[in-house]
Parts: sequence; C-alpha cells; structure tokens
Amino acid sequence: MSAVWLCVLAVGLATVALKAGGPVLASGRELPRDAARVVDLLAPALLAALVATQAFASDEKLVLDERAAGLAAAAAAILLRAPLLVVVLAAAASAAGLRALT
Amino acid sequence: MAEGTYRDGIRVMLPLIPAIVAFGASFGVLATAAGVDALAAVVMSATTFAGSAQFAVVSVLGAGGTAAAAIGAAVLLNARYAPMALAASGAFRGGPLRRLLEAQLLVDESWALSNREGGFDRKVLIGAGAVLYLAWNAGTVLGVLAGDSLADPATLGLDAAFPALFLALLAPLLRRGSVTVAAAVLGALIALALTPVTPAGVPVIAATAACLVGLAS
Repeated sequence: MSAVWLCVLAVGLATVALKAGGPVLASGRELPRDAARVVDLLAPALLAALVATQAFASDEKLVLDERAAGLAAAAAAILLRAPLLVVVLAAAASAAGLRALT
Repeated sequence: MAEGTYRDGIRVMLPLIPAIVAFGASFGVLATAAGVDALAAVVMSATTFAGSAQFAVVSVLGAGGTAAAAIGAAVLLNARYAPMALAASGAFRGGPLRRLLEAQLLVDESWALSNREGGFDRKVLIGAGAVLYLAWNAGTVLGVLAGDSLADPATLGLDAAFPALFLALLAPLLRRGSVTVAAAVLGALIALALTPVTPAGVPVIAATAACLVGLAS
C-alpha cells in the first residue's frame, strides 16, 4: 500500500473512533454531577481555544495578521447583535479588504 | 429553547457554505500539488471529513515526511473530537451503530452550531453536518479538477470567517455566568500559550483542562 493510502485509511479509522467514542460509550448513562458540570464547560473552553488558534496561530507560531482585524470586526458586529451571516461577512470583508490594501 | 429541526441545522449552516467549498477546493488543489492522487484526496474528504487533519497529511507528505509522521500529526489534530463528542454525547439516540454513524457528522462547525441552551441538539447537528459534508466534498472534487486556477480563499478573507463564527457561537454562552467566562478565558489562554511550544492540535486539546474550573465552583 502506498504511503498516501495508508494515511487515508489510518486517519479515517482514527477519526471515526475519536468522534464515536463518547456518544457510543456514554450511551444511556447519566454522568455524575461533578462530571456533568465539567463536561458543560467543555463547549466554552473549546470554542474559545478554536477562536484563539484560528485567529492567531499560523503553523506553530503566534501571529497578528488580517484575521485579527476580521475577528475585531466580528466582535463589533456581535456587540451590535448582528445576525450570524453579518458577523461572518464582516470578518471576511475586513480581512480581505485589509489584504487588498497591504 | 425549543428543540431544533434538521431544517434549522441546514439553515444555520448556509452562510458558511462558500467558505467550506473554498477550503475543500484548496484541499483538493494542495493535495494534487503535493503529489497525492486525486482519488485518494476525494476518498479522504469523504472518510476523514476533518479539514485541519487532511491539510496536515498532505503537507507532511508533500514535504517528504513519512506516513507515520503524517498520521501522527492528523490524529493529534483530530484528538479534539473526543472531548467535543463526549460533550455532545447526550444528544445522540439509538443503538451503537446509529450513534457511531451520526457522530461522524460532528465537526467543529456543526458541533458549535448545535450547542443550544441546555445541551446539544441532535437534529441541528445532523442537518448542519450533512450540509457541511456535501459542501466539503463538492469543494474537494472541484479542487482536484480545477487545479491551481482557483483563487486562494485567503484573498477573499475566508480564513477570517471561522474564528468569527466560533466567537459568535461563544458569545451567548458567556452570559451563563462567571464560571463559564472563566473556562473560556482560560481555554483561550492555554491554547495561545501552547501554540509556539507544542505541535499543532495540542493547544486545543490542552485547553479542555480549563473546564476543570467547574470543580472549583
């Protein structure tokens, strides 16, 4: 098997297992109270980490680029209670505009 | 909040379709440029269905890395799906096989969009995940067919769309109270602090440690 197909197979299987693990194994079980409180906080912690890495990480470096301007525009739109589409468009347009200028 | 429908999931996903198709296409372009054959790229989008891990595989292989290095990087990047799927596990229904299959539609965006007040919404996750799956795979096919004649998504600012989306989905959660805010701030700080010193993928997984502040409350 070529390296490429080996990767396709191995990464595919690993991903299926990673995604299915929790939903299959935790099926029909109530989590203990402390565990439930911790799992509830997974969403905000992971979302914040995704915001941080997708806006400021480039490979393994921290960078301040046009995505940061896009994020600032998105934050302003969120504060103005704009709908999701407007938030996403504001970010993309700011980043694209700044890139076109520089 | 009322229970969502498949249609809700499809509707919330629509604004992101251009960005998803563009990134699917750039995966197709990069994969062919890195010497990955077109069929393998298309099969990978259909079976792995996780952008960052797929980009990692083609970039490691394209740079002359071994299959083991490529697989290691991709699995590390996708390891975040274990805690994300665990957080959403209460939403899934039915037997193990059904849960296994439905959980495959969980990716960052469908997971985040289905996170409603009081838990995850299965129908929204599946609706959004299905739209994303179609857009991602259509984009990949477009990319391997069109080659590098396509525009770079960054020129269109589409790379800024994703952090904006996640911020928009995080914002309403922050009104839940100070413990939630603390978990989010700590999560972001852990991810930023580890970015320069660990392989990609580790910062986001390590950020899950921030949810331990729940034990202190």
